[in-house]
Amino acid sequence: MSVADIQIAPVPGHDQHDDEHKQNFWTRYIFSTDHKTIGKQFLVVGIFWAVIGGLLSILIRLQLGMPASSLAWLEPVLGQWIVEGKLDPGFYLGAVTMHGTIMMFLVLTAGLSGTFSNFLIPLQIGARDMASPFMNMLSFWFYMLSSVIFFISFFVESGPAMGGWTVYPPLSALPQAISGSGLGMTLYIIGFILFIASTLMGGLNYITTVINMRTKGMSMAKMPLTVWALFLTAIIATLSFPVLFAALLLLLFDRSFGTSFYLSEIFIAGEALPNIGGSPVLYQHLFWFLGHPEVYIIFLPALGLTSEIVATNARKPIFGYKAMIISMAGIVILSFVVWAHHMFTSGMNPFLGTAFMVTTLAIAIPSAIKVFNYITTLWGGNIRFTSAMLFSIGLISFIISGGLTGIILGNAPLDIHLHDTYFVVAHFHLVMGVLAFFGTFAGVYHWFPKMFGRMMHEGLGKLHFWITLTGSYLMFIPMHYIGYAGYPRRYYSFTNFEYMDNFVNLNWFISIAAIVTASAQLIFLFNFFYSIWRGRRASANPWGSNTLEWTTEKIVPGHGNWEGSIPRVFRWPYDYSKPGAQEDFIPQTIPLKETIASNTDYENQRLIHLENGHEAHKIDGASTRE
Amino acid sequence: MIILMGIVGAVFLVGILYSIFRVLRLLNILKGPAKTGLPTDNNTSAWLLLIFLFVFLFGFWWYFFNASPDLLPVSASVHGEHTDRLFYIAIGVILVPFTLLNLLLFYAAFRFRYKKGTFARFYPHNNKLEMIWTIVPGLVFTALILMGTNVWSNITAEPPEDAEVINIMGYQFAWGVRYPGADGQLGKRDYRLIDPTNEFGIDLSDPNSFDDFTALEIHLPKGKPVLLNIFAKDVIHSVFLPHFRLKMDAVPGMPTHFWFTPKYTTAEMREIVGDPSFNYEMACTEICGRGHFAMRMLVVVDEPADYEKWKASQTAWLKMNPEYLSKIPTDLTELARIKSGIDQQPL
Repeated sequence: MSVADIQIAPVPGHDQHDDEHKQNFWTRYIFSTDHKTIGKQFLVVGIFWAVIGGLLSILIRLQLGMPASSLAWLEPVLGQWIVEGKLDPGFYLGAVTMHGTIMMFLVLTAGLSGTFSNFLIPLQIGARDMASPFMNMLSFWFYMLSSVIFFISFFVESGPAMGGWTVYPPLSALPQAISGSGLGMTLYIIGFILFIASTLMGGLNYITTVINMRTKGMSMAKMPLTVWALFLTAIIATLSFPVLFAALLLLLFDRSFGTSFYLSEIFIAGEALPNIGGSPVLYQHLFWFLGHPEVYIIFLPALGLTSEIVATNARKPIFGYKAMIISMAGIVILSFVVWAHHMFTSGMNPFLGTAFMVTTLAIAIPSAIKVFNYITTLWGGNIRFTSAMLFSIGLISFIISGGLTGIILGNAPLDIHLHDTYFVVAHFHLVMGVLAFFGTFAGVYHWFPKMFGRMMHEGLGKLHFWITLTGSYLMFIPMHYIGYAGYPRRYYSFTNFEYMDNFVNLNWFISIAAIVTASAQLIFLFNFFYSIWRGRRASANPWGSNTLEWTTEKIVPGHGNWEGSIPRVFRWPYDYSKPGAQEDFIPQTIPLKETIASNTDYENQRLIHLENGHEAHKIDGASTRE
Repeated sequence: MIILMGIVGAVFLVGILYSIFRVLRLLNILKGPAKTGLPTDNNTSAWLLLIFLFVFLFGFWWYFFNASPDLLPVSASVHGEHTDRLFYIAIGVILVPFTLLNLLLFYAAFRFRYKKGTFARFYPHNNKLEMIWTIVPGLVFTALILMGTNVWSNITAEPPEDAEVINIMGYQFAWGVRYPGADGQLGKRDYRLIDPTNEFGIDLSDPNSFDDFTALEIHLPKGKPVLLNIFAKDVIHSVFLPHFRLKMDAVPGMPTHFWFTPKYTTAEMREIVGDPSFNYEMACTEICGRGHFAMRMLVVVDEPADYEKWKASQTAWLKMNPEYLSKIPTDLTELARIKSGIDQQPL
């Protein structure tokens, strides 16, 4: 795998180009083209949205768990949406819609993948910045713009979008159908289109950077799994988001220009609409062509971060490095052919149901492999329980507990009963929501020292972990039971049906768990912002990690990352606890010839070849051209 | 005043928590920096993980058995018994790895907690192990797929010829249901004919429509296959009959179908669940607007004889709305008067 010949040779004299540049506040913190600053910008805006999304979920839980209580105290905030102490059913749906959209896209796509792709890719592959720093900055600002538009949509008189995060037409296409499908929905579409533009600019950048900008010796087979995960995520995003763009554009046409892509034979608000021949199911196909890969856009980065953290803190190489890459690649490919499992009861041809059942259960295999590999990585380790490590262990537990129910939902005949019930809600909150949040938390706790040069408080981190882990299980395990009992999702209240009169207490219990868990996130917020300025100073490599980001001269690297020449890579990133080595880790920058005692036979043979001048490029990927 | 006190109280509480945090931090700094990167509370975390494992698994299984009577409502349809059996098999299949893997995960974390002087085992891969845990889940999933496709193809097979056909239409925010009259044939429907009275858009140029009737609740015959033709008037809805394990979207512009066989009458089900006030219900499971949560329709399963009796007692829609006679082509008016029963005088 000789890839280094496309390496851009460092220009002499241009190595130290960071702090000498005159930068004012605006170019340094606001319109920065430094990938690290952009990563932090994504993180902070992501945290802002996580707070909004979390507050919306509490509102939803108050409505569902304590239906009898008065919400009049929320009137100063929600105004017209509180009618006589009760939440307006339309705004309830708006809250459901925006909670989903915010959490999935603004937080767990931009906030997770945006933050860590930007921050980690150049640092871990040994590049000075992204391939296109300016486009990278644009990516953030498109995200910011879309954020602002989504935020504004809460304040329009007819309310935010109310069609559920999937915004199926005709509900989302016709303002007559629900008030949120008026201006709120227009803003939603515009915000989303900007968001897609942001994701594409980011994604193209990540892909280009990983392919072209790896340092000497960093062959694809020596990349940390974090970079692999972020790279593959960018590929999924780049291929699937344009389809959502098309779907939303057609929706916009249907809404504003009288086309009939999704509309047919509709009688609403006392009149028969002229639209004939469209198909609402077409939208569902287009939507889920992104919608399902989106799950993996959220899932893979979290797993990538965790792989790194688990190996570092177990002081043990990740088990099955190649199997991990192959299974992630398998997930990428399969993620494009499972979308219609969201549509088993949509009225599509039942034969498709059979086909998508097969692909859906097939995608469970690579996920299973990953779980087994994680557990084997822990087995025989020498584990340090940092906050990041605890969150990673929690994440693995969520892949197990949340992923397994996917086997039930992916089975078409079982999905008939469970589709759009709380069983689905429980499943995806565990395997996508909570899991990705755990990945994000793990990532923040682990790379905080690199981001801000200070440590987060470990005690608070652990308190945060225990409450969040317990609370998440207490929230979502009971939801499965409500699901089998046939409680549909997106219901404002369960009082209209006789069969939904059991589990009232359970709903109350879930709400209490949700409120406690959400409150525990305040611990994280405090810890995060406090530690930025007042945390303990970090050492250069606080976790004893092998990857390149810990080799920068400054703990918080300036623009350009390495002051001297960029580091050269000689080995894979998982040489932890290698027999014969003096310490329990060997950074990627240590040449094989300095570690004769711990090299494997294979590596020593390679070394002899190298010293004889043969196959030099194979041992460390260095180009002989220079 | 209460709000003010609340704010003061909250500020006070935060202040106390912050002071505790500061004191702990300063104490921590006094202890000096940890050099190995090893957290000082490593063993505590390991033990907590072990305790969590037991509380979690014990709590889960205790609740699982405790809640099992409510796990699934009794299936009232024939195909529902097949999906339920598959469901219990699948639940059984996933609960094994759920328990084992969580057990292994937390136990591994506990057992291999940091111990001074020990080295982790350098064990980067093992092809045999990896093959095993690729193939074993593969086989299990294949078995589940085979069982699933079998059930699925039975459920989605063509409906029997003699199925009782009923039209259901979802609209904001209720359901309409339309039965064929004595001729057993449902007439056509056209959304452009909808008006406040003719909510279904019954097409009266089709003679089959003349004796069709609408109803405020769904009646179904026990033991006979029933084919639901599902329509939507305005936005997407979804027919959900939880007791019959039946769900199908109602899509504007695209009629959908679902056929099934009810197994127990309402009276029989009341005995089975031991609740004399039990009723079958239909709900909507596709978000459709403000009233989504209130789209209830009562469903009654009768003995076939009672079902026929009920059908015979219903009045044709045209007879209820005789003013629509004027919209019928003149050559069909006579037929319409006879079929709909308008000419019959009430006894």
